[in-house]
Amino acid sequence: MRSAVIVFPGSNCDRDVKVALEAVTGRGVHMVWHGETALPDVDVIVLPGGFSYGDYLRCGAMAAHSNIMREVIAKAKAGTPVLGICNGFQVLCETGLLPGVLQRNASLRFVCRDTFLKVERTDTVFTRSYNAGEIVNIPVAHGDGNYFADGATLDRLEGEGRVVFRYVDPASGLPTAEANPNGAQRNIAGICDERRRIVGLMPHPERHFDKILGSADGRRVFESAMQAVAA
Amino acid sequence: MPRGIQVGAASHIHASTNSRAVMKARIKITLKTGVLDPQGKAIQNALGSLGFSGVEEVRQGKYIEVDLKETDAAKAKAEVERMCRELLANLVIENYSYELGA
Repeated sequence: MRSAVIVFPGSNCDRDVKVALEAVTGRGVHMVWHGETALPDVDVIVLPGGFSYGDYLRCGAMAAHSNIMREVIAKAKAGTPVLGICNGFQVLCETGLLPGVLQRNASLRFVCRDTFLKVERTDTVFTRSYNAGEIVNIPVAHGDGNYFADGATLDRLEGEGRVVFRYVDPASGLPTAEANPNGAQRNIAGICDERRRIVGLMPHPERHFDKILGSADGRRVFESAMQAVAA
Repeated sequence: MPRGIQVGAASHIHASTNSRAVMKARIKITLKTGVLDPQGKAIQNALGSLGFSGVEEVRQGKYIEVDLKETDAAKAKAEVERMCRELLANLVIENYSYELGA
């Protein structure tokens, strides 16, 4: 699998994602600077976490209009799988590739902790290696992860099976208020597009990519993409 | 939120012989009704703790000034509309309004 990680000024999880992709794919990863106007020929594109453009105006708003994003949007529309993690999810929402927006955490606090996610869908490019309904431990680290969309959009996402990850209580498996780190509507942690090839999530799978990091629960996000590309 | 446009100052600009005259767009970005505003809530609580007891609600937003080279009010308006829609406001959660003037 050939992959690219987009690097914006202020990205800070780009190298973690690179390490994860290299380990899973066994080959190099293209690191593509935001000012570039062309993408290398790749099978998967990842928008990493961080604070692109200092979160000026709104999180992800400036990055969504950068040179390279024109290419990313064109490739995504043509079917290239795109994964947006944390700030990458915010960027995907700002481009309109995914619906809704990530607002300031309801607590107004930056939240950095493990969260437990129910894998609601295993029919996306980035979740096919998980078991449906499985609960995984993947950490969050964000100040703006409070997913918001209007009621009609939320109903459409649910109806189309596009809520991919939900914050849940690990014991009961239920989407409780306590399990929700940011006030996200319906405990939504991640969603996908209609074709299930674009996935955005607030938690960081690359941070739980290996047991030495506390858990390897996030590894299968990248392995899923490998499988999907090979299939 | 009504989208106001005030072009009262535009005639002044047309009359001016100064080709560097600019038009200023004063843009307000506000959260849509029903969208949670935790920052507004925190400001409200802070006002309460300062002894302002009559505060019913606080909603916060953004104010942006853009100086335009354009002197034609209609063109400037179209330009500012596009700026708001494409970048300055996120229409999922925000409304915008603006005034054009000198």
